Amino acid sequence: MDARRLVGIHAERVTDVSSRDFPGHYPDEDHSWNLKKFRKNLTVQVRRVSQRSIDFDLVGVDASIANAFRRIIIAEVPTICIEHVYVYNNTSVIVDEILAQRIGLIPLNIDPKKMEMKEADDESTDRNTMVFELALECTRKKDAPKDTTDPALLYENHELLSGHLVWTPAGEQNEVFRDKPPAPTNPNIVIAKLRPGQGIQMTLHAVKGFGKDHAKFNPAATASYRLLPHITIKKPIPVHLAEKFQKCFSPGVIRVDPRTKAVSVDEENKRRDTVSREVLRHPEFDGYVELSRVRDFFLFNIESESAYLPQELLPEAISVFRGKLSSIRRAAQALLEAPADEDVVMGDS
Amino acid sequence: MEPADEGSEWNDITGANWHGLSLTDPIKSVQDKWLLLPAFLKVKGLVKQHIDSFNYFVETDIKNIVKANNKVTSDVDPRFWLKYTNIVVGMPDRNEPNAIEKKVTPNECRLRDITYSAPIMVTIHYTRGKNIVQRTVNIGRLPIMLRSSRCVLTNKTDPELARMTECPLDPGGYFVVKGTEKVILVQEQLSKNRIIVELDTVKGIVQASCTSSTHGGLKSKTYVITKKGKIYLRHNCTHEDIPIVIALKALGIQSDKEILLLTAGNTDSYKAAFSANLEEAAKLGVFTRQQALEYIGSRVKVNRRVVGPRRPAWEEALEAMATIVLAHVPVNGLDFRPKAIFVATMTRRVLMAMEDEKMVDDRDYVGNKRLELAGQLLALLFEDLFKTYNTNLKSAIDKVLKKDSRTNEFDAFNTMQLQGDHLTAGFTRAISTGNWSLKRFKMERAGVTHVLSRLSFISALGMMTRISSQFEKTRKVSGPRALQPSQWGMLCPSDTPEGEACGLVKNLALMTHITTDVEEEPIIRLAFMLGVEDISLATGTEIYGPHTFVVNVNGTIIGLTRYPARFVHQFRCLRRARRVSEFVSVYVNHHHKAVHIASDGGRICRPMIIVEGGRPRVRAEHIELLKKGSVTFDDFLRKGLVEYLDVNEENDTYIALYESEIVPSTTTHLEIEPFTLLGAVAGLIPYPHHNQSPRNTYQCAMGKQAIGAIAYNQLNRIDTLLYLSVYPQQPMVKTRTIELIGYDRLPAGQNATVAVMSYSGYDIEDALILNKASLDRGYGRCQVLRKNTSMIRKYPNGTYDRLADAPPDENNSGQVAKKYDIIQMDGLAGVGERVDPGDVYVNKQSPTNAADNSFSGQAATVPYRNTPMTYKSPVAGNIDKILISDTENDQTLIKVLIRQTRRPELGDKFSSRHGQKGVCGLIVNQEDMPFNDQGINPDTIMNPHGFPSRMTVGKMIELLAGKAGVLSGNLQYGTAFGGSKVEDMSRILVEHGFSYAGKDMLTSGITGEPLEAYVYFGPIYYQKLKHMVMDKMHARARGPRATLTRQPTEGRSREGGLRLGEMERDCLIGYGATQLLLERLMISSDKFEVNACGKCGLMGYNGWCTYCKSSKQMAQLTIPYAAKLLFQELMAMNVVPRLILDDA
Repeated sequence: MDARRLVGIHAERVTDVSSRDFPGHYPDEDHSWNLKKFRKNLTVQVRRVSQRSIDFDLVGVDASIANAFRRIIIAEVPTICIEHVYVYNNTSVIVDEILAQRIGLIPLNIDPKKMEMKEADDESTDRNTMVFELALECTRKKDAPKDTTDPALLYENHELLSGHLVWTPAGEQNEVFRDKPPAPTNPNIVIAKLRPGQGIQMTLHAVKGFGKDHAKFNPAATASYRLLPHITIKKPIPVHLAEKFQKCFSPGVIRVDPRTKAVSVDEENKRRDTVSREVLRHPEFDGYVELSRVRDFFLFNIESESAYLPQELLPEAISVFRGKLSSIRRAAQALLEAPADEDVVMGDS
Repeated sequence: MEPADEGSEWNDITGANWHGLSLTDPIKSVQDKWLLLPAFLKVKGLVKQHIDSFNYFVETDIKNIVKANNKVTSDVDPRFWLKYTNIVVGMPDRNEPNAIEKKVTPNECRLRDITYSAPIMVTIHYTRGKNIVQRTVNIGRLPIMLRSSRCVLTNKTDPELARMTECPLDPGGYFVVKGTEKVILVQEQLSKNRIIVELDTVKGIVQASCTSSTHGGLKSKTYVITKKGKIYLRHNCTHEDIPIVIALKALGIQSDKEILLLTAGNTDSYKAAFSANLEEAAKLGVFTRQQALEYIGSRVKVNRRVVGPRRPAWEEALEAMATIVLAHVPVNGLDFRPKAIFVATMTRRVLMAMEDEKMVDDRDYVGNKRLELAGQLLALLFEDLFKTYNTNLKSAIDKVLKKDSRTNEFDAFNTMQLQGDHLTAGFTRAISTGNWSLKRFKMERAGVTHVLSRLSFISALGMMTRISSQFEKTRKVSGPRALQPSQWGMLCPSDTPEGEACGLVKNLALMTHITTDVEEEPIIRLAFMLGVEDISLATGTEIYGPHTFVVNVNGTIIGLTRYPARFVHQFRCLRRARRVSEFVSVYVNHHHKAVHIASDGGRICRPMIIVEGGRPRVRAEHIELLKKGSVTFDDFLRKGLVEYLDVNEENDTYIALYESEIVPSTTTHLEIEPFTLLGAVAGLIPYPHHNQSPRNTYQCAMGKQAIGAIAYNQLNRIDTLLYLSVYPQQPMVKTRTIELIGYDRLPAGQNATVAVMSYSGYDIEDALILNKASLDRGYGRCQVLRKNTSMIRKYPNGTYDRLADAPPDENNSGQVAKKYDIIQMDGLAGVGERVDPGDVYVNKQSPTNAADNSFSGQAATVPYRNTPMTYKSPVAGNIDKILISDTENDQTLIKVLIRQTRRPELGDKFSSRHGQKGVCGLIVNQEDMPFNDQGINPDTIMNPHGFPSRMTVGKMIELLAGKAGVLSGNLQYGTAFGGSKVEDMSRILVEHGFSYAGKDMLTSGITGEPLEAYVYFGPIYYQKLKHMVMDKMHARARGPRATLTRQPTEGRSREGGLRLGEMERDCLIGYGATQLLLERLMISSDKFEVNACGKCGLMGYNGWCTYCKSSKQMAQLTIPYAAKLLFQELMAMNVVPRLILDDA
């Protein structure tokens, strides 16, 4: 491994945090940006995909690029969430504002691409607003056993769940959303608990929004990365310390030969290490090992909690990114073309 | 539980030889002996001291008071008498004659602004004509303490409490008077009837004082003091100090030899110091008792009686000596011997202190203190009210009996019925104002009661354990404020306010009990049976003999013993066998060679495990039984495994903190749990033993301001101001105390993920950085509910207020004005509606002639004016609840609860549980927050500069334990002097792939690169405090002005101006900014144009001088209105201020 790619992990500090392969840093070396080189170095490899999450490696980009994707997923990939709550009746113990806040946080399975942004003074239309109804009344079960205290046995509708949201299609929505009727991604989220005599009736309006406005619009539960751990064993580990050495790392990272007790790093599994730096705590391993992480090797983990499939989020982020780039390009162009003494208007407006 | 059926199990264990184990077998240490603590609290409760005291008053003391004043006779008719034979306080009921459902719950009283009180019923025997009649009469109502023996909530299960909308975790111990919850705080006082010897180093005076207090309520203080080397008796009832020898002679000890023996004994140095006193008596020519009495009699202040002849001086002296001086020492017949010995003992104590300065007493010593509780205060109040009631009754009866001719037979019962509600009103007034002014007992105390603070569960609980001291707050003495070593285990060392009341307001520790009075006659009899010789038979030689110890019961000397250790041991054995009350304490004072037995009320004591033969008497088996629930704490007491020790008795014991520290043959007791030395509020702090001590004190003050859950019935309450947390969480790092007091069920805070790092520079001076996404998701969200009350009155002239529906808008017919848009048909705002600033939510109208008592027309036809309730807060709220009810005097009451839901904003105050408070300095978007390898963002970023100077290591350990708890999926304990160990926590962290130190490698959310330092990262329990920017922010450009001075008003509530004060003014003067000064102090404040006459210098108007009758030299000038006002006021005082005008 190229030592320049490594971030040093020491007992009390982290070294070489920033990349230095920018032009002019290393004398007599050419580090100017080069598409061919970039293409060669860049790899994106998916490691694991499940219903809700994805693990992939992003190698060969600067931290700023990787971080930009992370930030965009969190803050700027649009989703649809409930924004306006019209309460007709709420006799539950949870007051209107809190109930509205809770309902807002429910992730919906509506594809944001099929809806438009609703700006502050826009009229609500079938293109920018999705309407749900929520109505539930808790009642006593007639045939409930006498000796129980379990609300599930005693009462009908003792919990208001996200599954109780009923979509009310408007206009062309019935057509557009036919194949995937709008609903919460998870029908079992408890919104409120009810008891006999309590009921809720409200209309909910869902709109498109961004995570930077409110955390409910964040499409991901987690979107983050860590750097690939790198372990260099500098001298052979004494045989009697082999097991202890192995225990200082996450399971599977260090291989100990059962016969010779020779210690080696499992290159395939070293990504499993959590870099707990436990090995640096023991004085007997002083000088035997060097810990580091690879600066441009990003182990991404994204958990989707929205209409997006986990694997769609990165491309989505990239397209948002490209949109930003194109507007910057346009603005820069405008700057270039504009007469020297005139105000330049950036962006779309 | 049946005592018989569990008895056999007990005997198995406590028996000498059980399960065939012999004494030499290895001893299992008593694990989980802390379980005694929940057992104790189950029996005693957290505020048992209040409740016990109240129960004692209601069940015992009130009967004694009535017995002492049980007869009412008439001066007019000697054949008439009325006698109280019994008094009973009933259960609380509804004080409405035609109510069908008589039962009442405390919460109903709170909501309806009525008093939670029960009738006081007396049984009377009295003469009616020639017969003696017995009847039961209601003489008034007594406010009932919640959870006392007379309360409907006592011994109810949780579902039953829920049906009464009452919180099972509420400790009780307070009163509900006119709808407000009132606490009678515990008062700390110097103990009564005990000799306190003090030394005034400045004046070189030694004095022994004794405050006598008898059940009659008489209080007097007697001193034995030194003055120029001689000893005197001083008392309020004499004009001058009485030489001690004369006093003793007056008390019947005539011979000088006997006096010398009783005071100085056979100690030569004492004799030498005392001899001067004998000489003085001789010089004054006082040799016999008669002479002594004459001497004193001529100096006694005589309360002149209206009737009867004047009595000779010696009689006055005799009466004073018998009844006023040292009133608590009994004088049977004319046997002054005990009193003489008491005075002699005081004298001897003075002599001892004169010789050896160390023999003085410490008035700050907790053993010399007594705590006065609600019961005692109510007893005094009741006695006073009852006596007044009887005098009133007597004069009422006399008035009737005076009339000779009556149509029907006189029945005192009817007179009693007409007595009005003197007692009821007296109790209600005293408790609701807090003024205990009892002329009869020369008592004048204000601020006895306080409104129970319901800011948080902890603040309410903390108030119930609070002890206030009688010392003046302004005095700059450190003694009473200092931490006393004898407070250990009794009073919390951490929980005291800062500032002026520091050290004067204290709090009870977790496991304390305050005693109530125990009858002393049986104890005295018992002492005599154990071989105590009567003091009246002893001479000075015997009393001060080398091996004799004086036996005192509650400060009065009763006898002598030569075997104090044996006596005390036997006495304790009897106490452990429950032959005497467990709260009677007995101990030996070797300095004074005395055995003290105390049975008086107000002593603080706490339970401890008895150690015998180097082994605690509580064994693991007992704890097993306790765990099974087959025994209670009382069984431990009854079997003599555990006993209560008061502060004085603690001095006689050797207490081991832990079982391993028991020294065989010396250790007598074992501490139940060391953490009980902290109080309920300090018990919330995890790892307090790792913190710098003032930090714990700060947290004790702040824990009471934390917003959280208040009670299970919090949504059924309508308090003036209620702060509720939307998502309260129980702390990740708990303590045993938290579980015991129920803080885990009514928490006030949230487990925030904290990164200890600096961020952005908006975190200086303890400011916190908050994650915006966390706030979006509900972190720190709280509700503020404010009560607004309105009465729909009926006026004496027959008119009444009314509620009206919204009036039509004048400008826009058919529509309702904006400010009335939430008013419904009944004239009230709809529940759930949003109230904007300026909106009307109760559209009340009052008759214009309400005060006109001569009005006699139709009430319905009178003109009305609007008297609506308008919402004033600058931020919109929602109507939470509206309550319409009737008060006791039949007025309609409307309470409107308006709610605001707030998310944290810049400047809101937060605090951890370690006295580390900070305001929110910046709210950061989630993507800008640093994150760790798991992708976790912190909720809060705290600046590490908070640690070095504060030394709150406990907070660091809390983070570590919290993180370990999160990873292992359980809650950790941070109990004081115990709790989860750091080593174990680190091991858990390493096992889960984290650094042992709790420091994580973070990545900056802004650059995406790793941070160069590892960051201490994990959950810490954070509290949101009630100080929020929204309630404090204030600015003004223009606004209201005061009418008198025309200057801007003061204070945020009146939209006032910001004062440019004297010091600011000085700065501007120093800077020479005259125009700015002029603008700030006059132009922007109260500038006023006046016309002044250049000739006479007086003010005129409209360019006309009324004094000179001319307009020639009038000039217009601008002065502050306040200056103009001053001139006019001076003129009103016949001072002429003249304005000398000059063209500058």
